[in-house]
Amino acid sequence: MMRIPISALIGLTLTALYFLGAIFAGLVAPYGMAEIVGDSWEPASAAHWLGTDSIGRDLLSRMIWGGQVTIFVATAGTILSFVTGSVLGFTAAVAGGWIDQALSRFVDLIMAVPALIFALVVLSVMPVTLPVLILVMGLLDATRVFRLARAVAVDITVMDYVEAARLRGERRAWIIFREILPNALSPLVAEMGLRFIFMVLFISTLSFLGLGVQPPLADWGGIVKENKEGIVYGIPAALIPAIAIATLAISVNLVADWILNRTTSLKGGRGG
Amino acid sequence: MHPVLKLLTQRIALGLVLMLAASVMIFAGTQILPGDVAQSILGQSATPQSLANLRAELGLNDPAWLRYFRWLGAALQGDLGTALTNKQDIATSMGLRLGNTLFLAFWAALISVPTAILLGLIAVRYQGRWPDKLISGVTLATVSVPEFLLGYIVMFYLAVKFRAFPSVATVYDSMSLGEKLNAIALPVIVLVLVVLGHMMRMTRAAILNVMQSAYVETAELKGLRPFTVIARHAFPNAIAPVVNVVMINLAYLVVGVVVVEVVFVYPGMGQYLVDHVSKRDVPVVQACGLVFAAVYIGLNMLADVISILANPRLRHPK
Repeated sequence: MMRIPISALIGLTLTALYFLGAIFAGLVAPYGMAEIVGDSWEPASAAHWLGTDSIGRDLLSRMIWGGQVTIFVATAGTILSFVTGSVLGFTAAVAGGWIDQALSRFVDLIMAVPALIFALVVLSVMPVTLPVLILVMGLLDATRVFRLARAVAVDITVMDYVEAARLRGERRAWIIFREILPNALSPLVAEMGLRFIFMVLFISTLSFLGLGVQPPLADWGGIVKENKEGIVYGIPAALIPAIAIATLAISVNLVADWILNRTTSLKGGRGG
Repeated sequence: MHPVLKLLTQRIALGLVLMLAASVMIFAGTQILPGDVAQSILGQSATPQSLANLRAELGLNDPAWLRYFRWLGAALQGDLGTALTNKQDIATSMGLRLGNTLFLAFWAALISVPTAILLGLIAVRYQGRWPDKLISGVTLATVSVPEFLLGYIVMFYLAVKFRAFPSVATVYDSMSLGEKLNAIALPVIVLVLVVLGHMMRMTRAAILNVMQSAYVETAELKGLRPFTVIARHAFPNAIAPVVNVVMINLAYLVVGVVVVEVVFVYPGMGQYLVDHVSKRDVPVVQACGLVFAAVYIGLNMLADVISILANPRLRHPK
């Protein structure tokens, strides 16, 4: 039986709760996503645990439905960035030579422009839909995964067993998926947690700016935007997503730290 | 040629190449749509005539590379074109806003840089004890909340509950410096909190790295007090990495400013950019993107230049 430290246990439990809430939003949420059930900004009560929002929708239901959208977009974006980033990163490390140079310089170039600014530039001409958002965020973030995957794989490609596989005459795909991937998994999984959080922050920021998830669909950044006028009247409805985002971010971080600490030998680009 | 000079020329040349490449990317970023820009600006219901007019106005009938060089050439001479939405000269409307944004970023940097370095030093001095853990915990919390939410939290408590500062940061030319500072207090606090976490953590890591070297151990064995060891032996050698950290975070500040300006309705570059993205005003977005990218790349380049100059090992060529 593996011993799981208490901080990682808390992180795992909270993360699991958020994901379960997102998957079963239809069962958990007391009201519908866009159902108007009361006056605007009613205080918390037995019927509405978190009160109601700017146009009288139940805030708790909206948070749960919003969590579903936020977590779905962030998960899809993370998967996209991981598949693209790690496959290209491993390819660069294994192939070396001009392929490595071309890919690495291209990634340097994309990272030279801040991701948010580039996303805004692209979104000014793109239709703002969920697939486009996932695509833009996932591909922009793939650059960071690429760097980590390449750094980790460069350390692994000099190992004897990779050399042995090369001498056996295995193809490049075999070397990448059967020799490198299993050994590079744990720094990548830890990084996945951080990238996931980054995605949550990214999509929330875009939605808050009105350039992400479009109403009436809810998401955590959008809930802030919808309720921000209440702040000046002392109504804290817009602050509730802060609690959700921060607890999710911290719990995923705790899990990622634990995974990373279990394997101290391979930290890739993350340093000591 | 002196090796330091050679390194510097290389780095500056690389920076210029990156800026040029970034301009290509920003231009290409608005061209990757399967349809064309005119269609997406006007929407599906546009008449063929209005589409043709807009295409002619944007010069979309020319090939992309020709439009790129025309755009870049004009931008290098300070002509950023005219906005589609209000037909105003972009460079003029941007000038004032750029000044406002730099004003905001300047004060945020002025407060956050010394605080972050000081907190980093304290965290290293009491490494693993409660001051270190407290600072790490608080900074972890601030980096886990997105900028805009931090903005509203600060606004809710400082502006609404305690009425210490105005909730909206409006500045005019006629305001005195004191009035301006009072107006931008909240956005500055938010920006400081945002970069402080990153900067302090990276400073701590950079100094800890130096602390593991042999000369620090020697200094400790001589019996020097811990703060003297850090201030006299570790810190001078950590200047290059710390300067790097500071510059990276200043570059980060330039991006964070976009969101924070929207929260506090501050008349700066960020709000200008976001407004025109939703209006699909492509020339303005391209111009803003270009300025942001140039500042970002410039600061990163400056970071490398300073760390080359600060590295004592490079001063004496073998």
